[in-house]
Amino acid sequence: MPSFLFYLFAAITLGFGLNVILARNPVTSALSLAVSFVGLAALFISLDAYFIGIIQILVYTGAVMVLFLFIIMLLDIQKEEAKRANTAAVIGGVVLAVVLTLQVAAVLGVFKEGAVTTEQRALSMEVASKREDVAQVKTIQKDLAAGTLPDAKLMGMTLFEQYGFHLQAIGLLLLVGTVGVVVLSKRESPGKPVV
Amino acid sequence: MQSLLASFDLPLLIASLIKIVFLVFLVILPMVAYSVYAERRVSAIIQDRVGPNRTGIPLTLLGFKKDIQIFGIGGLLQPMADGLKFILKEDFTPRSVNTFYYWLAPCLTMVPALMTAAVMPFGSELDLSWAGLGAPFKMVIADLNVGPLYMFAISSLGVYGIVLAGWASNSKYPFLGGVRASAQMISYEISLGLSIIPAIMIFGELNLGKMSAYQDANGWLLLPFWGEGLSLSRLVLLVPIVISFVVFSISLFAETNRTPFDLPECETELVAGYHTEYSSMKFALFFLGEYAAMIIGSGLAVTLFFGGWSIPFGPWLSEWTGLQFHYEAGNTPFYTGLLHIGTFFAKIVGCIIFFVWVRWTLPRFRFDQLMKLGWLVFFEVALLNVFLTALLLWLVPLK
Repeated sequence: MPSFLFYLFAAITLGFGLNVILARNPVTSALSLAVSFVGLAALFISLDAYFIGIIQILVYTGAVMVLFLFIIMLLDIQKEEAKRANTAAVIGGVVLAVVLTLQVAAVLGVFKEGAVTTEQRALSMEVASKREDVAQVKTIQKDLAAGTLPDAKLMGMTLFEQYGFHLQAIGLLLLVGTVGVVVLSKRESPGKPVV
Repeated sequence: MQSLLASFDLPLLIASLIKIVFLVFLVILPMVAYSVYAERRVSAIIQDRVGPNRTGIPLTLLGFKKDIQIFGIGGLLQPMADGLKFILKEDFTPRSVNTFYYWLAPCLTMVPALMTAAVMPFGSELDLSWAGLGAPFKMVIADLNVGPLYMFAISSLGVYGIVLAGWASNSKYPFLGGVRASAQMISYEISLGLSIIPAIMIFGELNLGKMSAYQDANGWLLLPFWGEGLSLSRLVLLVPIVISFVVFSISLFAETNRTPFDLPECETELVAGYHTEYSSMKFALFFLGEYAAMIIGSGLAVTLFFGGWSIPFGPWLSEWTGLQFHYEAGNTPFYTGLLHIGTFFAKIVGCIIFFVWVRWTLPRFRFDQLMKLGWLVFFEVALLNVFLTALLLWLVPLK
């Protein structure tokens, strides 16, 4: 990808991310976050991670943010816009951001792999297609031999073969969360026990 | 600057640009215009009326006796007249709207619908070696390996346009329409996504172009009667495929807000739903966005279940006639490439007529019925269908 596209999408991601916290109108904040997600997805795609990029849009921009917007639209916008910023929250947020930045900087300082460019260690699909774990799945092998990166298939293979247990644990967690929401949102009616 | 220019793949960019202009401006937009016309004519036929049959080349303006009707079919210039009418109408902005979002909303419905066309394989490949261009061109703008996911992702952005239109209008009925639209579209996205998983399991592919190529060689998913399609496995798999096609096509009606699921704009309850406060070209954009989404959705249905650009019984036809009607990577003659493009759009036209037919045949659902159908029926059916497909694939494996 031409490098200026990276700067463009990075600017979109950061700029709209900043707008999320600066905008007075909650709808503008929510939409800015959605645009920021799209920028992030573009960055993923520029790293050949098409699957993650598209899922980023599908799940976060297309579903989660729409639900956010849905709730926000039911608020009284004029009242929300008139609200003053909470000083303690602002200070807490700034401190948290600074700590996170320092952490990232510290990690990056130790991370020597970052100095290796993609030209120095190019991805060789030919070599990858001959690996044993890949050879078990025909479609992945065929794609790699043809010189295309089957990122969705590789992702699926990794998830279900290496992290099968973790995946199921997360699934269970989500199920618990869903059931919890249903129980919490049920109205308590007198005389009837809450299930 | 030099290195920046070198980082572009110029031939690819030019080829993509030509494909974009062809697909969007020469095919999809005219198709949108004419599906509005088809809608009016077909509805007229169904209701035993005549429909718009007068608009032709207006020679009477110049003093001639009769307007010219193109091909003898009345009213073929109706879409142009409609477009002109929309442009000339007063573009009224109510006082209490949120101006920025009020303007943004129509664009947000139209743009995602057109963007999804990027991964749609509208033809196999076009061999332009007679024009001095070497390798054959793939007839798809972006040959992504995550085609259907891309389509779902981008088309799910379309809901923002409708929701924002409802909210920015600052009026009760549009707002209710917007709320209904977002609830409906999010709910049906789930069954839409789940319903295509059986198809993807059979293809073992997420690339729409490769799916079409597979169906060209081995029979369409819903018509597996040539190539490897004539195996027991594919015939048995017809059961889950038919289920998934039914769930998919009905969910598509809900996703595109078409009758019997056009609750967000149902005129008996909400005046005109989310676009009540819109007039002139802004209203037209909502209208066109709906039809564009319909065409793209039909494109996905065609690609997944009806073989995409593939000509039915292609390999057999090639054997009988001596001409090549099937796709062969890198070795497809020019006329076959053109035929494939024609076949693809012919199938889409068939789908659109089906859409229109359903609209003028079925009454509208109630909103609670719609939600119940989505969450209590389609979601479960689509989910069970995935397991059924897995079971069948395990019992009678594909070759």
